[in-house]
Amino acid sequence: MAAHAHSADSPHREGYDFAHPLPVWGLALVFVILTFLTVVTVAQASFDLGSWDIAFTMFIATVKATLVMLFFMHLAFDKPFNLIIFLSSFVFVALFVTFTLSDANQNSGKLEPVIDEPPLVITEAVAATP
Amino acid sequence: MRCQYVRQWRFDAGIWPCAGDDFLYNFTFNHRSLLDSTVLGPLKNDMATTEALPETHDSHGHDHDHDHPAFLAHHFDTPEQQFDSGKLGMWLFLVTEILFFSGLFVAYAIFRSLRPEVFVGCSEFLNTKLGAINTGVLLFSSFTMAWAVRCAQVEEHKRLTALLAATLSCAMVFLGVKAIEYSHKWELGLLPPALYFYNPANPHHEGISMYLVYLSIPFAIGLVGLIVWFLISQVTGNAFAVAVSKPLIVVFACFFVGVGLGTILESGESHDSSHAAAHAEGDHHDSDHGAGDHSHDAEHATDVAATTHPVTGQPLGGADSAILQRLAKDETNTGIRGDLVARERQGEVASGGVVPRGSSSSLGMVEAIPREVNTRSQAGVFFGIYYVMTGIHAIHILAGIGVLIWLLVRSVRQDFNRQYFGPVDYVGLYWHIVDLIWIYLFPLLYLIR
Repeated sequence: MAAHAHSADSPHREGYDFAHPLPVWGLALVFVILTFLTVVTVAQASFDLGSWDIAFTMFIATVKATLVMLFFMHLAFDKPFNLIIFLSSFVFVALFVTFTLSDANQNSGKLEPVIDEPPLVITEAVAATP
Repeated sequence: MRCQYVRQWRFDAGIWPCAGDDFLYNFTFNHRSLLDSTVLGPLKNDMATTEALPETHDSHGHDHDHDHPAFLAHHFDTPEQQFDSGKLGMWLFLVTEILFFSGLFVAYAIFRSLRPEVFVGCSEFLNTKLGAINTGVLLFSSFTMAWAVRCAQVEEHKRLTALLAATLSCAMVFLGVKAIEYSHKWELGLLPPALYFYNPANPHHEGISMYLVYLSIPFAIGLVGLIVWFLISQVTGNAFAVAVSKPLIVVFACFFVGVGLGTILESGESHDSSHAAAHAEGDHHDSDHGAGDHSHDAEHATDVAATTHPVTGQPLGGADSAILQRLAKDETNTGIRGDLVARERQGEVASGGVVPRGSSSSLGMVEAIPREVNTRSQAGVFFGIYYVMTGIHAIHILAGIGVLIWLLVRSVRQDFNRQYFGPVDYVGLYWHIVDLIWIYLFPLLYLIR
């Protein structure tokens, strides 16, 4: 921000010219890439990659999320402190997910098996069927 | 002396005078009336910040006002400081949002790791086309939002209003498509465990869902109200109200555009999606009964039963080979032979649309057989997770619509400029995080195979 503090068409005072508008073509390019990645991830759903499926879709989603964060959310040009704060949340999310999942996986054998009946056909259906 | 230093102090009650070299400060929270009125200057907030020397106060006050444009809160030195403070607060809020949603993602991850087949079976009921359309709509709204932030920064007021309206319209289209998805599932009975009543043999719902009507009523009321407001302000010549209500009419009408879009795609897709498993299993007869008349209902029901029953029509499926492997290891185990017969019989029963659950469990071979997922504690739990995740996301969209309307009103008022675009930027951040969450929700819910 400090680099922009003394441009020509502004009051020449520190802290008054801090806007950093992104060019429209840049934003449009990010949008096009995001749409393309969406198409890729939808198209991928018709190809069986086995256990790589979830990894691939999550990779694409993470690429998309990174693009949104860096450009739409302006983090690429923002104060690094904001980025650190935001990324720290993902550290805690990772801790949360891994510990809870490992706990669930270790104890899932002790869970009661789920055995229940499908819902009954509602009576109108019985009446309607010949 | 800057006020900001004084404002850092917080007291519960009472008056605390303290003396500096040149000034006398009185800090008080709620006892202003007790102060000597002669030492009270013109105050800007409830906390008395009094400077004993009037001439200093005057000069300071003048300088203060010169420094501070109307949009700059008096406790900030510069617009940049104000912007950065607000932005930091917004990022902290977004962190809490991420952590909040992470709980839902953990619930999803646990249930999926425990019962992957439930997710595969139930994902068939989510219309990928509608999900993909909504993803595109949200991405486009993120783009218009980011562009709107730029417009606020470069003071393109007209375009800012237009782009905020475009963002709002996309949000409304998203909700319209969502309303179609929800009402369709509610009619089928694909609901959380306590309410789940889906059975493929149930009669097909025809015509417009009452749930869709209920969901549309608030938006219809909003649309009618806006049109009335627009006409009244047109008659009374209130240019500001006209400028606000005109884009908002378009915005609210876009909900019904979304409903229409969803209806078209859903009606085109409903056979495809419910027959997806039938396709996978080599049953390509659905084109015969794709006309939508009542006579195909029974056939349709059998196909859906096949959808939700992974055993049917999969002679070389994982479960079957597992049973055969165990049979190869232990020829004498008649229980497994019986199980194989029972499995075939169950497949026949399933193709008739009725699946007795107890028949296989009574054989004591439950672990080898993929269970029927169309039950309350399996598909029901999936749809519970689905509704909570997408529902809370939709509530965030609604909240975003609220703040975006506030921004739209302010943009018509031309409140924003190159030194004061914080509110647009912060709402933009919020809007992008809502988009970010959908970026993950879409593949996790709609694209499971």
